[in-house]
Amino acid sequence: ELTSYKSFVEQACIVHFLISFSPSRNEDLKEMLESNKESLKLEAMKRVVGLIAKGKNASELFPAVVKNVASKNIELKKLVYVYLVRYAEEQQDLALLSISTFQRALKDPNQLIRASALRVLSSIRVPIIVPIMMLAIKEAASDMSPYVRKTSAHAIQKLYSLDQDQKELLIEVIEKLLKDKSTLVAGSVVMAFEEVCPDRIDLIHKNYRKLCNLLVDVEEWGQVVIISMLTRYARTQFTSPWKEDGVFDEHNERAFYESDEEKTRDETEAKPYMMDPDHRLLLRNTKPLLQSRNTAVVMSVAQLYWHLAPKNEVSIVTKSLVRLLRSHREVQYIVLQNIATMSIQRKGMFEPYMKSFYVRSTDATHIKSLKLEILTSLANEANISTILREFQTYVKSQDKQFAAGTIQAIGRCATNISEVTDTCLNGLVLLLSNRDETVVAESVVVIRKLLQIQPTQHSDIIKHMAKLFDNITVPMARASILWLMGEYCERVPKIAPDVLRKMAKSFTSEEDIVKLQTVNLAAKLYLTNSKQTKLLTQYILNLGKYDQNYDIRDRTRFIRQLIVPNDKNGALSKYAHRILLAPKPAPVLESAYKDRDRYQLGTLSHTINTKASGYLELSDWPAVAPDQSVRNVEVIEPTVKSKPAKSSDDKFYSDSGEEEEKGSGSSSSEDGSSSSSSEESGSDAESHVQKNSSQTSEESDKSSSQSEKSSSESDSEKKERKTKTPLQKKTIFNEESWTYVTKQQHTKTIFVNVINQHSVLQTFSYSHWSTLCVSLFTQLCPLSLAFPLQLSGPAFVPEKSHDLLHRMTGKGLSAQYQFPRQPCLYQPTMVSVQISLTNTTDHPLEQIHIGDRSPTGLNIHCFNTIECLEPEASVTVFMGIDFNDSTQAANFQLCTKEDHFSVSIQPAIGELLLPITMTELDFRKEQGKLLGMNESSATITMAAENMTSQPISRPVATVANLGMVPSSQDNVHRFAGKTANSGAVVLVTVELRGESTALITINTEKSVMGSMLLRDLKLALAQA
Amino acid sequence: MQLPAKMIHSLFLVNSSGDIFLEKHWKSVVSRSVCDYFFEAQERASEPENVPPVIPTPHHYLISVLRHRIYFVAVIQSEVPPLFVIEFLHRVVDTFQDYFGVCTEAAIKDNVVVVYELLEEMLDNGFPLATESNILKELIKPPTILRTVVNTITGSTNVGEQLPTGQLSVVPWRRTGVKYTNNEAYFDVVEEIDAIIDKSGSTITAEIQGVIDACVKLTGMPDLTLSFMNPRLLDDVSFHPCVRFKRWEAERILSFIPPDGNFRLLSYHVSCQNLVAIPVYVKHNITFREGSSQGRFELTLGPKQTMGKGLEAVLISSQLPRGVLNTNLNPSQGTYNFDPVTKLLSWDVGKINPQKLPSLKGSMSLQAGASKPDENPTINIQFKIQQSALSGLKVNRLDMYGEKYKPFKGIKYMTKAGKFQVRT
Repeated sequence: ELTSYKSFVEQACIVHFLISFSPSRNEDLKEMLESNKESLKLEAMKRVVGLIAKGKNASELFPAVVKNVASKNIELKKLVYVYLVRYAEEQQDLALLSISTFQRALKDPNQLIRASALRVLSSIRVPIIVPIMMLAIKEAASDMSPYVRKTSAHAIQKLYSLDQDQKELLIEVIEKLLKDKSTLVAGSVVMAFEEVCPDRIDLIHKNYRKLCNLLVDVEEWGQVVIISMLTRYARTQFTSPWKEDGVFDEHNERAFYESDEEKTRDETEAKPYMMDPDHRLLLRNTKPLLQSRNTAVVMSVAQLYWHLAPKNEVSIVTKSLVRLLRSHREVQYIVLQNIATMSIQRKGMFEPYMKSFYVRSTDATHIKSLKLEILTSLANEANISTILREFQTYVKSQDKQFAAGTIQAIGRCATNISEVTDTCLNGLVLLLSNRDETVVAESVVVIRKLLQIQPTQHSDIIKHMAKLFDNITVPMARASILWLMGEYCERVPKIAPDVLRKMAKSFTSEEDIVKLQTVNLAAKLYLTNSKQTKLLTQYILNLGKYDQNYDIRDRTRFIRQLIVPNDKNGALSKYAHRILLAPKPAPVLESAYKDRDRYQLGTLSHTINTKASGYLELSDWPAVAPDQSVRNVEVIEPTVKSKPAKSSDDKFYSDSGEEEEKGSGSSSSEDGSSSSSSEESGSDAESHVQKNSSQTSEESDKSSSQSEKSSSESDSEKKERKTKTPLQKKTIFNEESWTYVTKQQHTKTIFVNVINQHSVLQTFSYSHWSTLCVSLFTQLCPLSLAFPLQLSGPAFVPEKSHDLLHRMTGKGLSAQYQFPRQPCLYQPTMVSVQISLTNTTDHPLEQIHIGDRSPTGLNIHCFNTIECLEPEASVTVFMGIDFNDSTQAANFQLCTKEDHFSVSIQPAIGELLLPITMTELDFRKEQGKLLGMNESSATITMAAENMTSQPISRPVATVANLGMVPSSQDNVHRFAGKTANSGAVVLVTVELRGESTALITINTEKSVMGSMLLRDLKLALAQA
Repeated sequence: MQLPAKMIHSLFLVNSSGDIFLEKHWKSVVSRSVCDYFFEAQERASEPENVPPVIPTPHHYLISVLRHRIYFVAVIQSEVPPLFVIEFLHRVVDTFQDYFGVCTEAAIKDNVVVVYELLEEMLDNGFPLATESNILKELIKPPTILRTVVNTITGSTNVGEQLPTGQLSVVPWRRTGVKYTNNEAYFDVVEEIDAIIDKSGSTITAEIQGVIDACVKLTGMPDLTLSFMNPRLLDDVSFHPCVRFKRWEAERILSFIPPDGNFRLLSYHVSCQNLVAIPVYVKHNITFREGSSQGRFELTLGPKQTMGKGLEAVLISSQLPRGVLNTNLNPSQGTYNFDPVTKLLSWDVGKINPQKLPSLKGSMSLQAGASKPDENPTINIQFKIQQSALSGLKVNRLDMYGEKYKPFKGIKYMTKAGKFQVRT
């Protein structure tokens, strides 16, 4: 009760205040604001905000309000901010009084206060403070808090709209912020980019891949902005994926009447389209967002697929778009509009969901007409009967506007699908006896259009309409019938003059449009049947001559001159017949959404069908792709030195919202302490990876994801770990596989660090989860082996793939395999093999699986049966094979539902190894144990320019899956690995001995493998 | 000169009688006369729902949503995806509803300061900033009776003293430092069936849309997994951002760190391909005779394939043809009402007893001399079935990781009629 009383009093106050906007009342508020009681001030401010909300002027209070800007009370302060932002523009001088408060707050240790100060400062639209704003933005852009950086991105737009001269400086800030790796910043800075410099595509290149990878984790509003920007970007940077489809379709058609031989020749001639991997990356990373709860995100992904994806992939967005139809009325409206445009070009996409577009009596009018539009576009020979049955219900609807729309839709169906033209016509003729005028009128108009398309067989319909003529009162319908009579008067020679007779009687009382058509009818009949109609025509022309409407007078005069012979009229009357009775082209019944596709889907311009201000055109695909390498990112140098400084800064702040930086800070300090020993830093890097992923999923029990070796754990954490059951570990594993994929970016950088430590420099195309596998592997399968055998990620993954099954022998199924060099998850003794299966036939292949194997004891972890592989589709699967440390081929059968194909995988010796990291010291120790019989060596000759470390590590890593061991000598390179099955250590030393010779030494207890590896290495290095 | 700025420029709240009762500008002020274009469209529209959501004017574009009989009209100056604005406006309404319990003109006027504070946080320069309810609640506490009383007496505020750190974290949807003495997690599986049944009783289209709404009150940072007995049923799903998508892709398990409080975890769609069991049937006989001023009206309802669960809260509504002057009907149970002005017939049936089927019988009087209506009215049905999800979806188990206590878990199923229409 107290509440309601209070709000009542408040209301009453405000109302009173509004009614009597007297100075005394203002004085009252002023007094309250100037009092030293916090509660009074707050009360006053609340009333002032109430005024602003009502759109009343409260600007006089400015001096009194602005004094409170530095108040300690947060709510009061916030309300003052609201006021300031609203009125600063009008009271610029006074507003300056508040600036120093904000400048002070910009230096506050609390990031949220810094951010809020920048927010308000940049919202005050006072030109004089532009330099202050510029400075604040620049500083905030390099703030350590991502939240403050986000705010600075917002401020960029505000400053730009205030003063466009700052553009160049602002672009610099944008460029800097685009490099930011925080998901918080990404959306906002792209927004600023779109506003300030949408044409500076070059700023995006280097950040393209990062943005693609971050996308899933950006907040939903940012996702929309980034997706729309990337859509435009992709259209300028990649070549069209559609052309090839066209070629492909032609093939399909040709295949019917051309021999296979020719077809294959054709294929080889056609220049194959290769999708840029970056293009693919964008498509792949946006796809999960179709599941977003935010309808704007779903729509923006849908438009991205529509504008960028190969034609056969666009349909994956269908389901999600149909889902949106369940949402609010306004959402439905926009989505239906976009579907309407899409369904004109691609019927097949929405046909399976036809029933979702059935109209309900409760739908709003504009929703109904959009659904009708879509149903009409979806109509084809197969479903037309269903659609027409549905239309029959609609025609009877109480909403007559909608019924009329349905009749037009029936007309469109009838013209598009010739099979049903007659049925539709008959149906429409039945409607002519409908009681509702709108329905009848619309039917007449549509029938006229249909008859025009094929007039030959329909004289009885014309007769029928003539009969109905007396009962029809809607002018447009009457005019249509008259026009039909005139146009086809030769088919109804008896009726037409009679209709004219009736019209002559009622001429004066008709609507203008009917009068015009009557004059036309008279003229046409005069030409074809002057005997019967001469007098009638003259009578009508006389009536027309004195009509009130000048159009009708004009027309009458023109017609008279044209048809009635007299001495004055000359050349033209000879052609009267040809002028009036020329065959007229049939009207085309088209969708209103036909030309909407000139606008990008999902945009405001598309919705209103005119170019909205600020609309950015989607460019056409370039004929030739611009340089792809612009998107390559240089490997980031590990910044060991700079980071600890940051972490000490970090402690300065009491509110530790910046876990990200803390994480990287602390682990990089570990890096620093152990940088001399590569083995430890290897494990370090892994725990770093895990830390990042656990951070991102905000896993509270971080300790579980720490590497077992981490020495910096507290006792309590250790206890916690001991209590862990294997089940829990499994969950953690799944946990990570999830976070890993979404947080690729983090891991990628880390990964780069790992690689850097191995000093193998190249641009990497790793399949990302390899690092993950490594870290999990070490975590899940406690190493039975001695301490130094710490697994590491592969130094290099060769792209080379081998044929497993050629499409000719596989009856259209082709298979290729390659070694991804990841530890096998199924069993540690297995080598994982990646197999890509492609269906090159024109029918789907079902139940692809692995059948018999030989030797029968062969231990294979098969991939799950692939239920169905569509034509032209390919799928990549992983399997594990235990080669038992020998290069003997693994033979097995690859089966489809119908066939069995024997295939075999023969591994190179280098693929049977797994890389490990160890220190130089450990390496020497291990080497010492493996001398004599276990050592094999050879000297080779190499070219002098290849004597630096990089070219050596490259061929070695290509040949064998080995890890680099850091070396203190420049001319000695060491590599270490272990065999997959038995876990025997394999050590490789390459010693360069000037004069272009090198000594390769291999130490391993598996001497056979050793010598085979030596042979391969000799071959590779000699080539190099 | 100021450039046409992107995103949302201003917001006007308009009530059903066409008065602007609140305005908020995120950039320089736009005169409220811009709404005249909106009022014009409002006048043209026969029903409130028929106002087009996007209205172009010479200098601005108006994008509006209608909820709770209030139009939320956003003023836009340049190209922006319309759904972006629409989705945001709906979020605003949801937030108001969350804060004030109802979203009415009175509630908004009563809480105008909180509304202003909320709008200020939700948009920065017209671009959405904080739209997560958990973050907003940390910034601005929802008004409760107790708090209002305390505030009045002590002069303290609704604005959070502590600044939210959730906004900065990677789990922006959950606030930090959550504590409960009773830890509980409730999940409601609610399915709505949309259907069109034709004259003869056969199904033209039927589909099931479901949601899982959760009310999670758990201490700390719990990590939950929810698995289904039959996840294959779900044809198309959309998630709250907390759900880990890849995990769902791979294992069909919902794994998430929940927001605190009420939220919608998942909405899903069960495809039309799976035959949908229609839980209710309608026998109807509605006839108008030519020349007579009387029409017959007979309606009988009965349960069908309800798996032993009863139909509750059954409500029938139908828009009768314009020619009907009045009705004289006799319900076997419940109450019926006919509005002679809007021609809306509604019959509150209540529970259906399978032994004694409810019926509504009688006559309609028609306008004398008017011709027989072309179309029979469509009948809209609402109903509820407790303790059952029509699609057969079943939650298998809910597990919690990351926290040590044992939470209380509960799950409830319910089926409702969505847009369920019978054509007669």
